[in-house]
Amino acid sequence: MDPKLKKTKDSSSNSANSPDSTHSSFLFPDEVLERVLSLLHSHKDRSSVSLVCKDWYNAERWTRTKLFIGNCYSVSPEIVARRFPRIKSVTLKGKPRFSDFNLVPQYWGADVHSWLVMFAKVYPFLEELRLKRMTLSDESLKFLATSFPGFKALSLLSCDGFSTDGLKAIATHCKNLTELDIQENGIDDFGGGWLSCFSENCSSLEVLNFASLSSDVSFDALEKLVRRCKSLRILKVNKSISLDQLQQLLVQAPQLIELGTGSFQQELTPRQYEDLETAFSNCKNLQTLSGLWEATSLHLPVLYAACASLTFLNLSYATLRSDELAKLVAHSPNLRRLWVLDTVEDKGLETVGSSCPLLEELRVYPADPFELDLHHGVTEAGFLAVSHGCRKLHYVLYFCRQMTNAAVATIVQNCPDFTHFRLCIMNPGEPDYLTNEPMDEAFGAVVKTCTNLQRLAVSGLLTDLTFEYIGRYAKNLETLSVAFAGSSDRGMQCVLQGCPKLRKLEIRDSPFGNAALLSGVEKYETMRSLWMSACNVTMSACRLLAKDMPRLNVEVMRDEGSDDRQADKVYVYRSVAGPRRDAPPFVLTL
Amino acid sequence: MKGYSRKDEGCPRLLDLIPKEKERLTKSAEEKKTRHGSSEEKQLELRLGPPNGDWTIKNKNISREKDHESLLPFGYFSPWSSSSGTTPFLQAHGQLKESSQPNPAKTAVPNSSSSSSSAQKRTAPTPVVGWPPIRSFRKNLANGSSSKPISELQNAVGSKISSEKPIENSPKSLLVKINMDGVPIGRKVDLKEHDSYEKLSFAVDELFRGLLAAQSNFSAVGIKNDEDGGKAITGLLDGSGEYTLVYEDNEGDRLLIGDVPWHMFVSSVKRLRVLKSSELPTLSRGRKHGKLSLDTSPK
Repeated sequence: MDPKLKKTKDSSSNSANSPDSTHSSFLFPDEVLERVLSLLHSHKDRSSVSLVCKDWYNAERWTRTKLFIGNCYSVSPEIVARRFPRIKSVTLKGKPRFSDFNLVPQYWGADVHSWLVMFAKVYPFLEELRLKRMTLSDESLKFLATSFPGFKALSLLSCDGFSTDGLKAIATHCKNLTELDIQENGIDDFGGGWLSCFSENCSSLEVLNFASLSSDVSFDALEKLVRRCKSLRILKVNKSISLDQLQQLLVQAPQLIELGTGSFQQELTPRQYEDLETAFSNCKNLQTLSGLWEATSLHLPVLYAACASLTFLNLSYATLRSDELAKLVAHSPNLRRLWVLDTVEDKGLETVGSSCPLLEELRVYPADPFELDLHHGVTEAGFLAVSHGCRKLHYVLYFCRQMTNAAVATIVQNCPDFTHFRLCIMNPGEPDYLTNEPMDEAFGAVVKTCTNLQRLAVSGLLTDLTFEYIGRYAKNLETLSVAFAGSSDRGMQCVLQGCPKLRKLEIRDSPFGNAALLSGVEKYETMRSLWMSACNVTMSACRLLAKDMPRLNVEVMRDEGSDDRQADKVYVYRSVAGPRRDAPPFVLTL
Repeated sequence: MKGYSRKDEGCPRLLDLIPKEKERLTKSAEEKKTRHGSSEEKQLELRLGPPNGDWTIKNKNISREKDHESLLPFGYFSPWSSSSGTTPFLQAHGQLKESSQPNPAKTAVPNSSSSSSSAQKRTAPTPVVGWPPIRSFRKNLANGSSSKPISELQNAVGSKISSEKPIENSPKSLLVKINMDGVPIGRKVDLKEHDSYEKLSFAVDELFRGLLAAQSNFSAVGIKNDEDGGKAITGLLDGSGEYTLVYEDNEGDRLLIGDVPWHMFVSSVKRLRVLKSSELPTLSRGRKHGKLSLDTSPK
C-alpha cells in the first residue's frame, strides 16, 4: 500500500508546473525534508510546519505518526483520514471537563466508535490509543482488540460506557500489548476475570494500571503475568491486592519505576513485615509511588527505603495524619510532585516545606469535601509553609476552607514561577476570612507576579476586579476555570479581550450574560472551547452567535423545568467538521 | 463596550444586530450596576442574578413547596457582619425565603434567608451539583460515618444531572430499582416494607415470577409450574437457586446479599440485581474477615 501512495506523491511534487516544487526539490529533496520532519514530535510544531508552504504541508502530513485531537468534535474521522496517511498513535479527548463533575448528562456523545471504524480502514497498523472523557462500549473495545494486529497501548482516562467485559477482549486478543492503563472511568465492574484473559504467551507488558477497578482479580494470574513480563516498569494494582501479595509481586518485579500498591492495611507477621521491607528496598528504580489505601503508621515504614529515589508520591487515597506524612517526606528529599489529602493539615504541609526543597507540584485534595467543620483540612497557613520551603513550586491544586489575600500575595512572592494555580476555596463566594473582603487581590497578585501562568482556577468571593486583573496581566493564560464569581458582563469581557493565548474557558454559576458571550465572537475561533453553565445567557444570544460564526458549533442544553429563553448550559467550540450529527435530543445545536 | 464598535467594521451584519442587543443589555447592566451600587451600600450590591435581579425567573416552574429545607445550594455562608463595611456578596435577598426555592440541581441561588438567624454559625451545606469540583472516585475517602449521608445525598443530586435514576430517599419509603437477568423490564421494590432478607427474597419472587414465566421458553426441562402460572424463584440468598440476589452499594461495588445486618444493608444499597447463579463465579465462603468473596476463576 505504501509504495503505491508514495508514487503518486512523488509525481505530483515533481510536476514542472509548480515553480515552488522544482525549486524546493532542487534545494531540498522530499526525502531530506521528510527525514528532518520525522524528528519533530510536538504537534504544535508540526502544525506550524504544515503552514509554511504546500510542500512542507505534504511532507509533514506524510511524516506525522502521532495524532492529537483535543476536541473530538473539532474535526471528523473523514477529514483526518484524508490528511494523514500514516498514523500509529492517536490521542482523543471528548467531553467538556465539567463532565467530570456531573454537569454533563449521560449519553451526551463523544463516542469513539466511528473513529475506530475509520482507523480500522485507514490505519490498520495503529499501535496506540489514548482516550480522555470519551464514551466507548464493550463492542468498541472488542472491535479495537480484533481490528489492529499490532495494537500495543491502550490508555483510558475518565471514560465511560464500557465494562470489564471489554477489557477481557483487549487482554484476550491484543497479543503484543505493552500498555493497559485504565484510570478513573465510569465503568461497570463485573469482576476481575479480565486479568486472567491475558494469554500465557503474553510477556510484552510494560504498563499495567488497574488501580481504579474494584473487583478482585486472580492473584495467581497477576503474579504469573508480572513474572513473565520482564519489561514491566509501571504496575498499579487495585485495593484487592493485599500487602503480602504485594510483596510477592515486588519480588518478581524489582525493576519497577512506578508502583501503585493495593490495600496497605493487613495484619502481618514479623517475618512478612521484614520481607515486605526488603522487597521495597530492592526496588532501586522506584520513582513514583501511589495507592496506599488505608495506610497507617504501622506499615508506612516499609516504604522508607524506597523513598530516597522517589520523585512523585501520590498519597491522595491515604488518610494520613501530619506526623505520618512528616516521617514519609523526611525520607523523600528528592520529591518533585506530591499529592496528599487534607487530613495531613497545615502541620503536615509544614513538614513538606522543610523536607522537600525540590518540590515543583503540590496537590491537596479534601478528604471530606462536604464536611463543614473548619477544624479539619488545610488553611492558608499550610500553603504558606510550603511556599517558604519549596521555592520551585510551579503547579498547585489546593482545596481549603479559608484563605486570605495577604497569604496568596506572599505565596506568589515566594514562588513566582507558577504555571498552574488552581485554588479551590470550598464554600462558594467565601471572602478573605480575616478582612471580609473579596479575594480579588489574591488573584491579582497571582497574575501580576506569575508571568508564566498557563492555567488558573479561581474561587472565593470575586468581583469583576479579579477579571480585570486577569485580562490585564495574564498574557500567557491558556485555561481559566471560573465558578460563582464576578459581578457583571464586564468581568468576562475583560478576560476575552485581554488574554491572547486563551484556549479553554469554563464558567459556571456566574453573572455573565449575553453581552459577555457576544463580546467574544471573534475570539472563540482562536480557542478550543467555551463552557458556560448557570450563567445569564439566553437562547437568542446563542442563536446570534451561531448564525454569525459558521465555524463555531454552539450547543445548548436546558435544565428541566427552566424557562424556554434561558440557555442553561452553553458549549461553544470551533470545528471544521460542522455541527455534529450524533447529538442526542437534549443537545440543541444552533 | 466601546471596543465593540471598533470591531464592527468588518461585520456589517453584526453591526445591524448587535447594537440593539447591546443597547438593551448595556442598559440592564447599568441598571444592575446602579441598583447594586457601590460597596458602601449595605443592601445587596453584588449578586448572582439576571438583570432584573431575580433568580427565580429560571425556576418559576419549580414547586414552591420546597421551602427552607436543605435544598438550598448556599445553605450556609460565612458569619460576616456588615461591620467591616464591605460588600456581602451572596446576601440579602431576605425575600428569598418567600420566593420559590430552586431545585438543588439548579445550583447557584444565593440564599440568605437564614443569614439573620444564623449569622454566626454555619448550617449544613446543601450539595451543589459538581461542587466542590472533585471527581466521584475521590469521594468517600474519609472514614467517618458522618460523611456518608451527605455524600450519598450528593450522589443522588449529582445523578439527577447525569440522568441516572436516584433513590428516593424519604423517610417513608426506600424504593430501589431491581433488574433480573433475562427480563428486559425492571421493577422497583420498597425496602422499607421489609425488615429482613427473607422477606425481600419473597418480594423478589412475587415481583418477577410472572414476568419470568412470560419470558421463559416453556420447553425447558424440569419446570415446576405452580398453579398461578410461573416457576417459584427460590434460593436467592444462598446460591442454591437458579438465581442469586446481589446489590450495588453507594460506592458502586457489587456485593452478595446477606453479609451485613439488614439496617446496614438498607443504608448503603443503591440498587438490586437478580443474576443467574450460573453466571456468577464460584462462591467461596469464609475469608479472614468473615466476608463472602467471589473467587474469580478464569473462564
